[in-house]
Amino acid sequence: MDHGAHAAVMESHWGGGVSPFAATWQKTMMWIFIVTDGLLFSGLLCGYGFLRMANTIPWPKQSAVFSIPFIALMTFILITSSATMGTAVGAARLGDRRTAVRFLWLTILGGAAFLGCQAYEWTHVIHDGARLYGPLSGSELAHLGVPRQFPAAFFILTGFHGSHVLSGLVILTITALRTGLGKTPAQGVEMAGLYWHFVDLVWVFIFTLFYLV
Amino acid sequence: MAHAEAHAAEAHAPQAFIWKYVFSKDHKVIGVQYYVTAMLMALIAGLLAMLIRLQVGFPEATWPTLGKLLPRGFSDGIMSPEFYAMLFTMHGTIMVFFVLSTAPVSGFGNVLIPLQVGWRDMAFPFLNALSYWTFLPGCIIILASFFVGAGAAAGGWTSYPPLSALQGAVPGSGTGQTLWIVGMVFFIASFTMGGLNFLTTILNLRTKGMSLTRLPLTMWAMLLVAVLGLLSFPSLVAGCILLLFDRHFGTSFYLPSGLILTNVPLLNPDGTPLHAGGSPLLWQHLFWFLGHPEVYILMLPALGFTSDILSTFCRKPIFGYKSMVGAMVSIGALSFLVWGHHMFVSGMNPYLGMAFAVFTMLIAVPSAVKVFNWLATLWGSRIQYRTPVFWALGVVSLFISGGLSGIWLGQSAVDIPLHDTYFVVAHFHLIMAGAALFGVFGATAYWFPKMFGRMMNETLGKAHFWFTFVAYYCTFFPMHYIGIAGHMRRIYASGRPIGYYEFLEPLQEINVFITRSALVLGASQLLFFVNFFWSAFKGPKASENPWNAAGLEWTTPSPPGHGNWPGEIPEVHRWPYDYSVPDAPKDFVPQTDPAPIGARAGGH
Repeated sequence: MDHGAHAAVMESHWGGGVSPFAATWQKTMMWIFIVTDGLLFSGLLCGYGFLRMANTIPWPKQSAVFSIPFIALMTFILITSSATMGTAVGAARLGDRRTAVRFLWLTILGGAAFLGCQAYEWTHVIHDGARLYGPLSGSELAHLGVPRQFPAAFFILTGFHGSHVLSGLVILTITALRTGLGKTPAQGVEMAGLYWHFVDLVWVFIFTLFYLV
Repeated sequence: MAHAEAHAAEAHAPQAFIWKYVFSKDHKVIGVQYYVTAMLMALIAGLLAMLIRLQVGFPEATWPTLGKLLPRGFSDGIMSPEFYAMLFTMHGTIMVFFVLSTAPVSGFGNVLIPLQVGWRDMAFPFLNALSYWTFLPGCIIILASFFVGAGAAAGGWTSYPPLSALQGAVPGSGTGQTLWIVGMVFFIASFTMGGLNFLTTILNLRTKGMSLTRLPLTMWAMLLVAVLGLLSFPSLVAGCILLLFDRHFGTSFYLPSGLILTNVPLLNPDGTPLHAGGSPLLWQHLFWFLGHPEVYILMLPALGFTSDILSTFCRKPIFGYKSMVGAMVSIGALSFLVWGHHMFVSGMNPYLGMAFAVFTMLIAVPSAVKVFNWLATLWGSRIQYRTPVFWALGVVSLFISGGLSGIWLGQSAVDIPLHDTYFVVAHFHLIMAGAALFGVFGATAYWFPKMFGRMMNETLGKAHFWFTFVAYYCTFFPMHYIGIAGHMRRIYASGRPIGYYEFLEPLQEINVFITRSALVLGASQLLFFVNFFWSAFKGPKASENPWNAAGLEWTTPSPPGHGNWPGEIPEVHRWPYDYSVPDAPKDFVPQTDPAPIGARAGGH
């Protein structure tokens, strides 16, 4: 490295003493955590893809099992909750606590509606004969001839995503209550927002890779 | 940080024993807790290895005393084959995860990161403490598995299904395997919390002047280890989740149809197969996608320690700093592209095998860069023969001898006949286990003053090194020969009089030699434990900088107080390798010295 380049590094944010990302360590850590957690889902999705391709029994057409318009509606609700979350973060940054809290509750409402849809979906599929170990013999799913991995992958993928939505709701509720009391700084709302957007993004992948393709 | 704040940090140091040493949030205490726990786990896993060697060396012998001590593993003084399988499984699991991923990374990483990058503590001290208090239950769960049901997991440290997925496959496949999975999940959770702290602290919280190219190579290793862990462990978590569902909820992720257990086909009451459509290969992919980066999680810290120790005791700047960093980064990146070389015999497409083999060969390039850089650092230097440098030289030696056999095994054509033989055991014990272990011992001797404020005993340390070094090679080098001769790994007995494998009978004498060497190796570790505990309490007090080293951690008292530096955190003006600088008053220039001398002071 020549002297000029070295001096440039030392004067930049990489020279030590300040964060190179213009972000606090809390936010840096949240981003790194999201990468890790995202890789957990990619591991599960890769496993699902592997089993689907390696299966000797053909994978069923998803529209024969699920109502795709209904899943699309769930997706729309979740993405809308990401938009309200973005508004809450923006308001918190501007110091507008009232708006921030109002939109946080709207986000919680969206997340809860999504979980409600998922509970309905699970009930419906279980009613059709989906079990963790495979389709219940003699059920509608068994008639379709779905491989055992189909319901198992469904429960694992949507279940783990649903548990993330649930923990997101807990985080958002705490954030909303504390923001109302003025105890959470704008960055806290932003970090909760990062997590919420991440959970929504994971759903987009599950929706595409499990329900559509 | 201002003076007042620093004094406040000192004053805020917890005083009660339980908050100061047990539930501490101080990175140095947590590092020592991790280190001591890992070393106790090493003691247990080492004893398991001794039992393994007793069986392989003397399969015909009876051990009445051992039989009394371990009644569940022995019948009439003869070790049962089931117990033998548990021994090698748990030896591998504990050593890889709970010792060699823990002592260098969580142990020394926690002690050293804030001291070497220049900060008061880790980014998130509470998360750091939580990480240790998640690790400890993991250790207890893993050890408890010996005492439940039919015993500990026995499917090998890789836990391949169906042995690990069918509850009734072998005695260890029951509760023992469940506890193995739960213990691993605790371990991964703790490692993830630690990794988040490592990465955040090194990236965000460096003192003024500590640019990335002024970090000691140990810090580069810690940074990369955290990246590797955070990117690869999720894959094993996903694998473990699916495994738990297969074991307890009847899914068929890893289990195909047509399974037969003790001559009984596994069927539902209506005659359909209990499991169908799953693939055991999925586990192998998920496991080794973690498994190979995991090898470098063990290795990289040892490579970092070695670079720092060699530079200090050769009184020379480390040769090729940037190529060292580049080599570690490329080793880390390549480690994600080579997991298939553990699966050459799994029936993969030969073209795919070739791709994995090529990437594996590529790792030899950065590895050789590191070795030649070390040799160039040693070249023409007058080495100060203190204990740490012996261990560092040992790492270089093991890295070369273990690395060469890696070139054999990386080729699919050579690996297929050598797969699952003692050649593999020799290879990974030399490079991954041995080099990592020697790195830990070297780092212990070197940074002991910063951990306990005292020096370790040099005579005991050198004796421990020579016994370990010689016994280590005597134990593992002959395994190359018996491996090429076809001696399978993990077999309960090779020859007389049980005599399952006639062609292995001529190798039994080598096995006896290996066992005797292993017992010497195990016994000589007592020297370390005596030295460690005696020195920690009674060793001579260490000065601030007993090795005349240039790194930032040597500018604070030994041991450093709460908050690490009594006053402000010093500013850094150079890299940590300014030794034997012309025109300098001493033969080293501390990182905090602003004098414009040496190649790396202001400019370079």
